[in-house]
Amino acid sequence: MQDRKTRLMGRLIRENKGHFLAALVCTVFTVIIEFITPILLAETLDYYLQGKPSRMPGFVNAWIDSLGGPAFMARNLWMVGLALVGLNLLSGVFSFGKGRAQSVAGENVSLTLREQLYSHIQKLPFSYHVKAETGDLVQRCTSDVETVRRFLSMQLMQVVNAVMMIAFALFYLFRENVKIAWISMVMLPGLFLFAFLFFKWVVKNFRLSDEAEGKMSAVLQENLTGVRVVRAFGQQEYEVEKFEKVSSDFRKKTFKLCNLLAVYWATSDLLSMVQSMLTLLACVYFAIRGEITVGTLIIFTSYIWKLLFPIRQLGRILSDAGKSSVALGRIDEILRLPEEPAEPDAIKPSLKGDIVFDHVTFAYDEGRDVLKDMSFTIPAGKTVAILGATGSGKSSVVHLIQRLFEPQKGEIRIGGTDIQKIDRYYLRSRVGLVLQEPFLYSKTLRENVAIAAKNATGEQIDRAVTDAAAKEFILGSDKGFDTLVGERGVTLSGGQKQREAIARTLIKDYDIQSFDDSLSAVDTETDAMIRAALKKRSRDTTTIIISHRIVTLSQADWILVIEDGRVAQQGTHDELIHQDGLYARIFNIQSALEEEFKEENKGYATV
Amino acid sequence: MQQFEEQDYTKKFSLALWKNVLRHTKEYHKDLIWLIIVMGITAACDVVFPLLTSYAIDHFIPRLNSPGTSEGLPAFVGVYLLVLVIQVAAIFLFLFLGGKIEVGACYTIRKKAFRKLQELPFSYYDRMPVGYLMSRMTSDTQRLAETIGWSLLDLAWGIVMIIATSATMFFYNWRLTLLVLLVIPPLAVISWWFQQKILHAYRKVRKTNSQITGAFNEGIMGAKTTKTLVREDMNMEEFTVLTHEMKKSSVRAASLSALYLPIVVSLGSVATAYALWKGGQEVLIGGMTLGVFQLFVNYTVQFFEPIRNIANVFAELQSAQAAAERVMTLLDTEPEIVDTPEVEEKFGDNFHPKKENWPALRGDIEFCHVDFQYKEGEKVLTDFNLKVKAGETIALVGPTGAGKSTVVNLVCRFYEPTGGEIKIDGVNYKERSQLWLQSNLGYVLQEPRLFSGTIRDNIRYAKLNATDEEVERAAKLVNAEPFILKMEKGYDTDVGEGGSRLSTGEKQLISFARAILANPRIFVLDEATSSVDTQTEQIIQRAISTVLTGRTSFIIAHRLSTIRTANRILVIDDGKIKEMGAHQELLRKKGAYYNLYTNQFQEEQAMEILGKAE
Repeated sequence: MQDRKTRLMGRLIRENKGHFLAALVCTVFTVIIEFITPILLAETLDYYLQGKPSRMPGFVNAWIDSLGGPAFMARNLWMVGLALVGLNLLSGVFSFGKGRAQSVAGENVSLTLREQLYSHIQKLPFSYHVKAETGDLVQRCTSDVETVRRFLSMQLMQVVNAVMMIAFALFYLFRENVKIAWISMVMLPGLFLFAFLFFKWVVKNFRLSDEAEGKMSAVLQENLTGVRVVRAFGQQEYEVEKFEKVSSDFRKKTFKLCNLLAVYWATSDLLSMVQSMLTLLACVYFAIRGEITVGTLIIFTSYIWKLLFPIRQLGRILSDAGKSSVALGRIDEILRLPEEPAEPDAIKPSLKGDIVFDHVTFAYDEGRDVLKDMSFTIPAGKTVAILGATGSGKSSVVHLIQRLFEPQKGEIRIGGTDIQKIDRYYLRSRVGLVLQEPFLYSKTLRENVAIAAKNATGEQIDRAVTDAAAKEFILGSDKGFDTLVGERGVTLSGGQKQREAIARTLIKDYDIQSFDDSLSAVDTETDAMIRAALKKRSRDTTTIIISHRIVTLSQADWILVIEDGRVAQQGTHDELIHQDGLYARIFNIQSALEEEFKEENKGYATV
Repeated sequence: MQQFEEQDYTKKFSLALWKNVLRHTKEYHKDLIWLIIVMGITAACDVVFPLLTSYAIDHFIPRLNSPGTSEGLPAFVGVYLLVLVIQVAAIFLFLFLGGKIEVGACYTIRKKAFRKLQELPFSYYDRMPVGYLMSRMTSDTQRLAETIGWSLLDLAWGIVMIIATSATMFFYNWRLTLLVLLVIPPLAVISWWFQQKILHAYRKVRKTNSQITGAFNEGIMGAKTTKTLVREDMNMEEFTVLTHEMKKSSVRAASLSALYLPIVVSLGSVATAYALWKGGQEVLIGGMTLGVFQLFVNYTVQFFEPIRNIANVFAELQSAQAAAERVMTLLDTEPEIVDTPEVEEKFGDNFHPKKENWPALRGDIEFCHVDFQYKEGEKVLTDFNLKVKAGETIALVGPTGAGKSTVVNLVCRFYEPTGGEIKIDGVNYKERSQLWLQSNLGYVLQEPRLFSGTIRDNIRYAKLNATDEEVERAAKLVNAEPFILKMEKGYDTDVGEGGSRLSTGEKQLISFARAILANPRIFVLDEATSSVDTQTEQIIQRAISTVLTGRTSFIIAHRLSTIRTANRILVIDDGKIKEMGAHQELLRKKGAYYNLYTNQFQEEQAMEILGKAE
């Protein structure tokens, strides 16, 4: 686990090593320049204005001597000013370079992670998605990725920057004056520990505040979605009190957090300012004794803050570092799941032949067989209807034909070829399947129809929606075909969704088409209309319809009745109504109804 | 649908809007004033510290012509410590106050908005998606409160800092100061420009980011469908467009930020350079001490900071304005259904009912020439007339969108007729308070909604002062007790968020018990279409008939058994009553009801057989 995480982190850094390196180099230069600027001021005060010893390297002073020495510089201080502006500009260039390189590196990291996650999730097997928890997955793909990005693009560089600042500052300070340097370090360990421990400790309060906010949102959400219940029982007053309770709890916890942070900043400021004062006083003391110059004082008073800030920052970042490791672990958990395996030797044969189930046994979970040694044949180009109780395994049949699952035993053949040998994407692109609860994308109604056929013409779209009996409600929507589906647009009813899903299947000429109870939410008339249209257009398409409507079933060429994972009966309508079984029982409802009418009318007559 | 497209920002700065915001947060005005004062003190301390350093340089340290002295050093340390303590105290105080204002304003606004939401009519909820209202109540309010708490603080600090710094410099050398201050206008202009650009850039980033979140959501929820349609590659292509867009806009925003700081620092260093040059000359001729010289250099180095802060505040204000506008609009929305002052006077309002004045409700309901439309020009009901006697059960049947729910919504006064009137016990219901009617109303929805809490809490919701016995009696009446007692903690079992730990059938039974406990005179039932197992189905049927006895009821019916037992069946199509009468009567007509019934019957029977075969 640890190993995988490190490898993933290592890979992300390696892939962007150019940018990380550039950011590193730029950081080094900005830090160096930042330390030069106070030296310029000290040099002016000490050497040029007062003739005290110089801090500059020999070649600079040789050049200045050739111009006329410190006296010349004192008369021409604009040169120092110019140098100052120049250094700042140079530092600006590096600072910009650092910012940009850092950002590019960070964005590359999140781009890579996002795309990898998205592609990986899409390629995870169907069985995974049956049980997937959307909220948790989305969180991993968004906020965990963001945490990793922040760590790599900002915090990592901040740590480098802080360490460098501290190293440089200490180096210069000790070179300038050992005694004062030691005094300047008195509060540092305390400051670092305070920052580190405080944030370790305060983490709990962040969580408490987040949880309180979560509770408040939950109450709010329930109130807004349950507004009808609230009104129906006239409980507005009670709701206000309920919200008041969670809202003020959130306020209390957040306020506590705010106060803790106020304590943190005030305390660490106090420690820093005391350190800064100690340094200043030490400088003054040694200056009075003539041991140091004003320049040294200037250097110390400005460097001390370059030491204090990074120390404080370092404590905070380090206390936070565990988060990104956790986030990386959560991301890796997804990436570790196996995708649908690649099939280099898969073939792409014609799928216009018979579909044969040959002793197929299938289970979603080990030990609970859904299909039990099932065998049947669906002749090419025919319409076959399947009837079965909930949980009998009828959906599994159509899922298996699309290779959304693989059977444990037996073989499924289309046109004599075992479908395990057929490329699964090719298979799915030739075998249409309309799910009972289809998902529509948050695009326009038109785009949703053409979702699997990008180049569909307007004519094709029009025909598909007409045949799916979807045209009327589409045209009736706010913006017709351009109406968006989802929160931002229309909310479709179950039946409308089903019709839209049928339309998007009809737009492609599939070799095999299955409807998994996908007309259940449309009324019987529309159902009949859709089937009539279907019959007209698909001459050589093999069609499989799962339904519980006897009218639908009766018009099929062949009917399979599935009970408890086995084919209990099969035959034509005329054959099945004369057999004792599920089919006949359902068919007989019709006559039961006639019976009932007679009864009711008789009852009515006697009243 | 256009109206709730989230607008990101409004262009013009609106003073009236911010005044309105301040009006809504009156109780924090005192804290705000203290915050500004404390912030001023902090800024003043920030100006004093370099001054102290400069004093130390000039007074204690030996110079060319005077030896160093330690005279006055204890006093200096004293003053330094004093300023330090004040500064630390001020820092703590402004953080404390800022937090208090932010958290408090957030709380106050939320409280007001929540109360408002309890009063707004359903037509409001029909227009506004829940997600949108949620974001108004959470992130928008948060944003607004943050702005109130912290931007004034930054503004106060920036302004005091600039003024104090300039004044101090002015005091020492006004000519040099004037020239140095010349750098401020360009700094301000550049800062303003950049802050705007940076703000826009980050707005774009956030927008793209939420699109990416949406794409992940859809990618995961739609994964099964994607597989059946073999759409993986196309999805990935679309997603790649988004991720690249995200990278581009993020890098752009980060680059702008990375560019801004060096530019202002460099520009600021021009002032520093000038101070160094001219100040140095003054030092040479004795017109300026080393301490003051050092002071000028230090001040000029910090110049850009307050300016950056101020520019940032204005940019933030501008962007928070959109959030402010949305929240204020909610607070200022007037409910469309209100009780008249006279009614309120007599019967009380939604939060303070005067129950002692409420007349008893018998349950005669009459629709007199009722017209209704949700949207202008789209009439749903026209001249609708119906007379219902107390205790009658009315079943409403008909296709989706025909107007069944509208009739029910009007009975409950969730909406009011746009023409004509509805009388309850012979009196136009507008002459009574909303709460009077709704307190006498039992309402069970298609998708039963429970609140988090225990089963007991949920039943008791109808009548908060009900005893445990009353709650249990209600549960027994609808035959919900057997399943309740089977749960781990019986009545005290937690139902999960929105009742997620119960099945649909169980939720329905609890909502029936809840309705019974309220003992309403009028009962409204929007029957569920979702299928439950046969046994539960029967229990629910019995529960329904228990609930209906002796009450005026309206049922949007899907189940045959319910329809058959109704006193009257209304077949509604296109906002009109197409057929009306008792079950057998309508069957004999062989009209719309007959067709509906036969289809439905077959379907139900078939489902029953298939369900049993399981």
